[in-house]
Amino acid sequence: MTDTTPTGVSRAEYCAIACADVFRGDGEVMASAFGTAPALGARLARLTFSPDLVLTDGDAALVDGAPPLGAAPSTLVLESHMPYRRVFDVVWSGRRNLIMMASQIDRTGNQNISAIGSWARPKAQLVGVRGAPGNTVNHSTSYWVPNHSTRSFVEQVDVVSGVGYARAAAAGPSATRFHEIRYVISNLGVFDFATADHTMRLASVHPGVTVEEVVAATGFALVVPDEVPETRDPTPEELDLLRTVLDPRGLRDREVKA
Amino acid sequence: MADKRLTLDEFVAELSSGMTIGIGGWGSRRKPMAAVRAILRSDLTDLTVVSYGGPDVGLLCAAGKVRRAVYGFVTLDSIPTDPHFKAARQSGAVEAMEVDEGMFYLGLLAASQRIPFLPTRAGLGSDVLEVNPGLRTVVSPYDDGEELVAMPALRLDAAVVHVNRADAAGSGQILGPDPFFDDLFLGAADRRFVTTEGVVPTGELAAGGPLQSLCISRLLTDGVIETPGGAHFTACVPDYGRDEAFQKEYVAAAGDPDAWAAFADRFLAVDEDGYQATVRETTEARAAARAAKEGA
Repeated sequence: MTDTTPTGVSRAEYCAIACADVFRGDGEVMASAFGTAPALGARLARLTFSPDLVLTDGDAALVDGAPPLGAAPSTLVLESHMPYRRVFDVVWSGRRNLIMMASQIDRTGNQNISAIGSWARPKAQLVGVRGAPGNTVNHSTSYWVPNHSTRSFVEQVDVVSGVGYARAAAAGPSATRFHEIRYVISNLGVFDFATADHTMRLASVHPGVTVEEVVAATGFALVVPDEVPETRDPTPEELDLLRTVLDPRGLRDREVKA
Repeated sequence: MADKRLTLDEFVAELSSGMTIGIGGWGSRRKPMAAVRAILRSDLTDLTVVSYGGPDVGLLCAAGKVRRAVYGFVTLDSIPTDPHFKAARQSGAVEAMEVDEGMFYLGLLAASQRIPFLPTRAGLGSDVLEVNPGLRTVVSPYDDGEELVAMPALRLDAAVVHVNRADAAGSGQILGPDPFFDDLFLGAADRRFVTTEGVVPTGELAAGGPLQSLCISRLLTDGVIETPGGAHFTACVPDYGRDEAFQKEYVAAAGDPDAWAAFADRFLAVDEDGYQATVRETTEARAAARAAKEGA
């Protein structure tokens, strides 16, 4: 085994692998991914274990294959027109799997990208709720947090933009019918909601990170199993795709250090 | 066919303080910025601005024109947030209605179809329903009994959008990859304005692009204003991309009162021709500086 285990895998590469696994088992669904690790993860999944995945050009088209990060528009193979109005058709039909970013995320999976402080008079106005409310009640949503800290992993988010498990349950069957928060991936580890009450659980730590570090950087009582595995290693093929095909300029290591 | 051509001054004269105004485009893309600049120069005030927000919202807030903003986001795309909008929200200078961007689409669609609301799953369970206490849900009258958000029609007193080409009668052509929701802004409004990179004879429209690029019909327009460069500094592909250097300058200036006063004096205190001339000079000076640096 040891001869096939890659060495010198960077933290950012573990993050990309964890993001790729968000799309494992997906068939023909539109993969949307915000942030560098998620963008790499979706592409990696498309090139390996989820070949039917449909990627976007980040503008108004669906593309064939999995273009490298920063690929020139002229090199893309376009397969369909996907203006924003049609994106809503896809979102509301559920044929989408998404990794969004979160300025704050909480114990039951609520996400905030709207404002810090009170919504009425924010301490910091962020971008706005965007499509987070609609995304989370229509299709599987995961989150990427490249700066795991007690400021980003909080007991209760200030403005519920993406809807977590408890809020969806409180809103009733129309909100829970298609609701799934699949994973939260941070620069420290991978988290899921596979607990009886759908509160956040530590699913794996990235190699080099201790469980204690994760707990200390989290602003709420995280569910920590007795045995916490490490985030899986990339296969040699995956590592080669990441390094030589998808991100030869190493943008991933600028988003996540170490 | 009626000749609907107007000047920017005639466009502004059609508006009045207190109106609800829809602005087309998305983020920092294909925004009717010449129309926004004309509003900045006017004495209009107390506006409700309805927008897939970009620098249009930021500039109008900075000039004190906005009483209330209706949006799902305000972003400059390559820069996540607009500094003036942030400042206006954080100081409490503007009221806000923040909704999911899909709810926003349905609000425009309902208004353009003259119905009071459209049902959607979007918004359920989120704070959108908490921070907008006027929003209601509706129960399906059918056997499923689902409870959904009833997104109210976003009725507009006026709307303005920017397109690549138009004719004098108000048919508009969008040559970029995404028409966004411009037809719905127009459909939702009582007074409907299209600014354009160029007015061309009707017979030339179809030669300029595929039939589906002719996506604004004259059924939806009351006035056409020719404003070359009228989306600057936002993107208006294929005519031009976003002026990223200018956008950075806009953001940098917004962070400091003196710098903003100088920016406003230079770019916003002048008429549209003056603006375009100053932008050309700035772009040429930047290119010359770059050439000198590379030559050195």
